[in-house]
Amino acid sequence: MMSDRAPVPPLALDRPNSYIGRSVPRPNARRLVQGRGHYTDDVAAPAGVLHAAFLRSPYAHARITHIDVAAAKAAPGVALVVTGAEIDQVCEPWVGVLSHFKGLRSATQHALAVDHVVWQGEPVVGVAALTRAMAEDALSLIEIAYAELPPVTDPDAALLPESPLIHPELGSNLAFALTVESGDAEAAFRDAHTVVSGDFRFGRHSPVTLEARSVLADFNPSERRLTVHQSTQTPYQMQDIYARHLGLPQANVHVIAKDVGGSFGMKLHVYGDEVATVAMSVILGRAVKFIADRLESFPSDIHARDHRVRARMAVAADGEITAMIVDDLTGVGAFSAYPRTSAVEGNQAIRLMGGPYKLRHYSGNLRVVFQNKAVMSQYRAVGHPIACGVTEALVDQAAAAIGLDPLEFRRRNLLTDDVYPYTSPTGYLFERLSHHQCVDKLERLMDYPALRADQAEARTKGVVRGIGFAVFIEITNPGPAFYGVGGARITAQDGCVLTLEPSGNIRCAVSVTEQGQGTEAIMAQIAASAVGVRIEDVRVITGDTAATPYGGATWASRGAGIGGETVLITGKALRANLLRLAGILLQMPPDNLDISDGLIVDNATGRERITLQELARIAYYRPDTLPQGVQAELTAAHHHVPRGQPFAFTNGIQASHVEVDVESGFVRLLNHWVVEDCGRVINPLLVDEQIRGGVVQGIGAALFEECLYSEQGQLLNGTLADYLVPMASEMPDIHVDHVSTPTLHSELGAKGVGEAGTAGAAAAVLNAINDALQPFGARLSQMPATPERILRALGKLAG
Amino acid sequence: MTTMATTISVNGTSVTRQVEPRTNLVDFLRGELGLTGTHVGCEHGVCGACTVLMDGATVRGCLILAVQASGRDVLTIEGLSEPGHRITKALQEAFVLRNALQCGFCTPGILVTATELLTQDPAPSRELIREAISGHYCRCTGYHAIVDAVQQAADVLAATQGPA
Repeated sequence: MMSDRAPVPPLALDRPNSYIGRSVPRPNARRLVQGRGHYTDDVAAPAGVLHAAFLRSPYAHARITHIDVAAAKAAPGVALVVTGAEIDQVCEPWVGVLSHFKGLRSATQHALAVDHVVWQGEPVVGVAALTRAMAEDALSLIEIAYAELPPVTDPDAALLPESPLIHPELGSNLAFALTVESGDAEAAFRDAHTVVSGDFRFGRHSPVTLEARSVLADFNPSERRLTVHQSTQTPYQMQDIYARHLGLPQANVHVIAKDVGGSFGMKLHVYGDEVATVAMSVILGRAVKFIADRLESFPSDIHARDHRVRARMAVAADGEITAMIVDDLTGVGAFSAYPRTSAVEGNQAIRLMGGPYKLRHYSGNLRVVFQNKAVMSQYRAVGHPIACGVTEALVDQAAAAIGLDPLEFRRRNLLTDDVYPYTSPTGYLFERLSHHQCVDKLERLMDYPALRADQAEARTKGVVRGIGFAVFIEITNPGPAFYGVGGARITAQDGCVLTLEPSGNIRCAVSVTEQGQGTEAIMAQIAASAVGVRIEDVRVITGDTAATPYGGATWASRGAGIGGETVLITGKALRANLLRLAGILLQMPPDNLDISDGLIVDNATGRERITLQELARIAYYRPDTLPQGVQAELTAAHHHVPRGQPFAFTNGIQASHVEVDVESGFVRLLNHWVVEDCGRVINPLLVDEQIRGGVVQGIGAALFEECLYSEQGQLLNGTLADYLVPMASEMPDIHVDHVSTPTLHSELGAKGVGEAGTAGAAAAVLNAINDALQPFGARLSQMPATPERILRALGKLAG
Repeated sequence: MTTMATTISVNGTSVTRQVEPRTNLVDFLRGELGLTGTHVGCEHGVCGACTVLMDGATVRGCLILAVQASGRDVLTIEGLSEPGHRITKALQEAFVLRNALQCGFCTPGILVTATELLTQDPAPSRELIREAISGHYCRCTGYHAIVDAVQQAADVLAATQGPA
């Protein structure tokens, strides 16, 4: 795990009983394999629970002229039918803007549409009934009259002066624009030896969590207390949202996220149907549950990507990349999402362009436009696959133009080890990256020369294979610069409370959350190591605003780096408390004692002096035996926020090996390799699986996934049969290795790993396809690379 | 809506309920019997999260009506987790050790299918495992670890059973 060059600094946790760096299985996995998970729809619902269903707009853009709900109200089992105007009486609408995205605009968004629908699938009327089936029966009795308006679907057309306006009050369909300039890109292009360019298109995705969005709200009017079970990454953010928008004291709002069946960034946005469900519970004073079905997930979950990028790269005669000029146009649907906005993906895409390389001249122009489509916002690897896809495609084109091997061309242009700390032309600060070690390791891992030989030999047999690379950088550990500075009530800190319990066990309540990445396992590893106990004796509690401190939770690869550091700091504090107490009992200086495997031991000899169990027994049940004036401090609580840099950066490289059937256009994935550097690896087993899972989501982007809309704004493939996601039989084995360059801004040194796989996989696959197609003079610059598009590129299909 | 008396053997116990004909098997298992280990992922027969065994063969709980299961033997992940199901037990152990699950939502369905696979073929190749579980969508793992875990379970079963 050690990098070849930068030694990993010693850590206070490098002790004989440390769990850091060990592949410990997840403590919560056992109940999940036995079907004993508690996803929101599994939570035993309070008596009298009602089930919500929503009537959604069939049009992408229309004015609502009339709503008749009389028959639905009279239908069997129906307790409540609500329109947007009625929800507005108990729930404040929202606007998805933040001040640090200067000029970002959006319109007022209501939980349920009021007078005007702006995308197909927007919820309009809600019904709460005794069963979901009864609620759906009632929906069929609602009559809504719409006056259709011209839909705006194409992002280029949305900006034409004659375009219809989605939100007339904004005066245009432009949500946000940003220009990032550094050096003199135009001059660099005038001086260039070679210029390569491309028009790139990235399809619109749906995140497709296997568990759909789910919420169970129970409002108790006697105390005005609201309990919400929700499938969310961010229970604290949702607690704040419900309190403010429903006019409740925050202390009266309790949000619980038990098991979450996948999230990938999709489950941290505010959705009108979920808020309306909670509002219906407040109106009724009864429990109301809403579980999105798959057909309503497709048009109502946030979408992602959807970029059109025109980009150029300038290269000097010696093969040095000197400049990039990039224009990114991205369509974000009908609103900027609340509360995190829809500007983040474009902002990151435009700033990550060219990020791994030495070029100093850059000009990036971003336009974010509204469309009559589902709202687009943050999904795994926000902006990264766009920047990586564009940059790495141009790098391959440039290498070919200069006549260099693509790996050698990258080596010449990647940031070298002597430049750190380094500020990129787009303003990103890289503490220390390990591009060259990663490239070297990948080359060995994949046996690159052998693959090139195989490629040449296969070609003689008419078998068309290709090899593609993608170097990537990844933003992790976001501090307050991410949202807080823009006015969002989204915290960048985390909190942890560690307690020695009467049994001698450790209870760890921490504000980062678990959606399967193994948060609870690594927090247990860190707590056990910091305090000095066996991991079996640590119980981690997450996902409950009443049980843990308020914190940022899990997103943007912040769990290990920020949450983990919080647990480490807290663990050291509890350990100090316990050693102080043991010192008093044993009449020894605490510095001469240590805690190891749950035992208080002599530092010098390692000899056991007293068990933690015994210490706990005395502290809880026989404090009368302690000296006068001694109070045992059995709990430690700390908060932590990274302050040293705005966010951390990881890096790595991926390679894809593909075979293209040039008759059918089908791509077979033969192999995939990743070498990445997430800093200190806390649990290699979990890190590798984060990478692999991320890679496959990136492969989905490269080959399969795309929300197809008609010109009228109708989602054409909104079923799981029509929207293709990767299946086991078509995925390759994925080989993962690491370089470790811990961040020095924390003691733990962990940087996070959630986005890395997704950041680079699609670019590697597309480059591999283009490598395969190169002898045919064919090139694709659109994802997904469907068989049809490949055949078109080969000239085998017209158009 | 009218209901029909329906008797199904679920995890070895005969249960009789009045059910609406439109109720599908997975909603019946979850709603009527509280067997929430079987999950609802798409309700149109694609994702595989609702897979259970009926008379020993995998079926999609969302594509079968409860009334169609009348008189049949249904085994869910809860039943397969009881003692005596050595193949499922080996799979569960391998899934935990290999971290072949993340969010775990797809996992019970995949374990049901993998149980059926190893019952029919005690030593499947990686390709065959990949094909066998292709009726299941997993968004978290990328499948590689699942294939590893099924292989590991097959190896463990072979080692503990001796030659067939």
